[in-house]
Amino acid sequence: MYRYDEIDQRLVDERVAQFRDQTQRFLTGKLSEDDFRPLRLRNGLYIQRFAPMLRVAIPYGLLSSRQLRTLAHIARKWDRGYGHFSTRQNIQYNWPRLEDVPDILAELATVEMHAIQTSGNCVRNITTDHFAGVARDEIVDSFVWCELLRQWSTFHPEFNYLPRKFKIAVNGAEADRAAIFLHDIGLQAVRDSAGEVGFRVIVGGGMGRTPIVGHVIREFLPWQHLLTYVEAILHVYNRYGRRDNLYKARIKILVKERTPEKFREEVEAEWAHRKDGSATLTVEEVQRVEGRFTRPQHEQLAGDDAGHLARLAAEPAFAAWARRNVQPHKIPGYAAVTLSLKKTGVPPGDATSDQMDAVAELADRYSGGELRVSHEQNLILADVRQSQLHALWQEAKALGLATPNIGLITNIIACPGGDFCSLANAKSIPVAQAIQERFDRLDYVYDIGELDLNISGCMNSCGHHHVGHIGILGVDKNGEEWYQISIGGNQGLTRPGAPAAVGKVIGPSFARDQIPDVIEKLIGLYLEQRESEAERFIDVVWRTGIDPFKKRVYGTHHQRQEHRNRSLAAA
Amino acid sequence: MALIIKDRNIVTDPWLRLELNADRSLPEIPPAGDVIVPLALWQQRREPLAARPSRLGICLDSHEEPAVIAEDLKLFGVVAVNFPKFTDGRGYSTARLLRERYGWKGELRAVGDVFRDQLFHLASCGFNSFALRDGEDLQDALGAFRDFSDTYQATVEQPQPLFRRRRLA
Repeated sequence: MYRYDEIDQRLVDERVAQFRDQTQRFLTGKLSEDDFRPLRLRNGLYIQRFAPMLRVAIPYGLLSSRQLRTLAHIARKWDRGYGHFSTRQNIQYNWPRLEDVPDILAELATVEMHAIQTSGNCVRNITTDHFAGVARDEIVDSFVWCELLRQWSTFHPEFNYLPRKFKIAVNGAEADRAAIFLHDIGLQAVRDSAGEVGFRVIVGGGMGRTPIVGHVIREFLPWQHLLTYVEAILHVYNRYGRRDNLYKARIKILVKERTPEKFREEVEAEWAHRKDGSATLTVEEVQRVEGRFTRPQHEQLAGDDAGHLARLAAEPAFAAWARRNVQPHKIPGYAAVTLSLKKTGVPPGDATSDQMDAVAELADRYSGGELRVSHEQNLILADVRQSQLHALWQEAKALGLATPNIGLITNIIACPGGDFCSLANAKSIPVAQAIQERFDRLDYVYDIGELDLNISGCMNSCGHHHVGHIGILGVDKNGEEWYQISIGGNQGLTRPGAPAAVGKVIGPSFARDQIPDVIEKLIGLYLEQRESEAERFIDVVWRTGIDPFKKRVYGTHHQRQEHRNRSLAAA
Repeated sequence: MALIIKDRNIVTDPWLRLELNADRSLPEIPPAGDVIVPLALWQQRREPLAARPSRLGICLDSHEEPAVIAEDLKLFGVVAVNFPKFTDGRGYSTARLLRERYGWKGELRAVGDVFRDQLFHLASCGFNSFALRDGEDLQDALGAFRDFSDTYQATVEQPQPLFRRRRLA
């Protein structure tokens, strides 16, 4: 955990006071609804379908057990006893009262937390690999760079009112677990031949209405220039990004309209003015930030734990969980454990206050008091001794957090959807549940292998449907909820030869109750087509193209005609 | 005369701000008095404006480039930047360019949809004068300069970022 110093704490406290004053002025009629809206949005407060929604920042997804207990307490005291972990590694409360929000923020500040820039047209929470600092394929510990960027982006005076929201992701490992090609800026840590750290800079990726895979505009940016270079990009975007059309305001549209090459030239020209300026990072500052991070203490262990290996061999259920939910650790004898928030029957990413308290307890006893939130909406204990995995598994099972589905079809990413969100065209949670139930019942799930299934309730794509191997998007047709299906998306280079990709729509959309059948048809074709169990769903889609899948779902031309007629009759 | 905030005080404003007419045509130039003119008027009536006995100020709209007046800055008594809506953040970048790249040392004024909640960050970007929109409580707005005790970034007001100052502390 990064521990605040006095100044970090003071700035957060001052933000609480400022927001308290703004809320007070709004409630007493001194600030109009139109003026208050952008101000509250900058602090994560939306007015939703039923009540305000408050999004609390979990910088780069890293939490202490003490912070998680406070999140649980807030849910109990001011909400309805649960929270929703989002795909930006944040937590959202769906039922707070506006007049309570300043008190909630004050409570958060007591554990070095806040809701700063969790929405609005500004630089949002910086996200990263949820295995940062423990992954075997680590290049750098990305948390340190994320914290440097967090401080730089917090209340940046020039970039408070950008054309649109701005998302930055940092990846510090070989495998891209941060979807850096699908962010406004993606930063990939690299080392040059001398071993010096730098970043590959990617701009203009994103999901939403116009999904685009980002462009590399610099292969190697020495780390000292990280802030000045990012600032140059933001400056060009702030001045020239479109402000006339909400849907064309993201940086990806500017990059596309100018061409990536021209955009790069503009950024480099701007950077020439800022390069080597006072914002150039120093060794001392990087070391200072590094030094303020506490890390769980590790013991020196010989290697894999013999007792653990024996239990894996003896207990198939434990082994099945370990295969899916336990990741190797860079330190011998340790492992990283994913606690699944994707139990069938529970909205993806939701956790109750009691579960949060229980996870905090597990983090204290098994993982040095720290945990992470993944963008796949699960919780991770990153520093568990192998010898304790079995005991942890039993406790997690009792809490409903040991569904062995990480990387599988039932580990669905979903936004809160039309049940909660006023932007959504359609519900996402019931769709997720229907799919989970179908595939649980068929007991298929362990044979299908790795499959990312992502659901968004609207084009804003909070559920990352564009990069699901299977993506489901809620669409509105004459006031009714329909669902469009795409296949072939991929969130990032998680293995060689599998780059980030945006899925392709397979055809006309479906009614909600048709979705499990459609997914089953897609999976059925995959199982017939795959050449071995090692060939994943996504690999088959890429090998064969989407046509065979289309045909399986919609049938021949004649059958398609019929499908259309039936849909029209139903609509 | 209208009241503005300048250098953190409430003062009367000696300037008259001319704006384009509703049909975007150029306004009449009054024979005397200090005026702030829109960029288009300066570009098209440069001679008569320069020949007037009174002081001259210029106002850039949010989409207008500060580079186009860089050579003329010495002729102006004030440079204003308009915020058509407070959520249009281009003026923050314009201000930094005027201060940091084009060396403008004089009065830099935020005009348009300007109220209390922007003042702290506007000041960080180099504005030292603020013509708040109608109906704002100027006395209350002065408190905004104390909203935060510090900033992480290098700004016009504080050219050293916090991390360089932290090291010295």
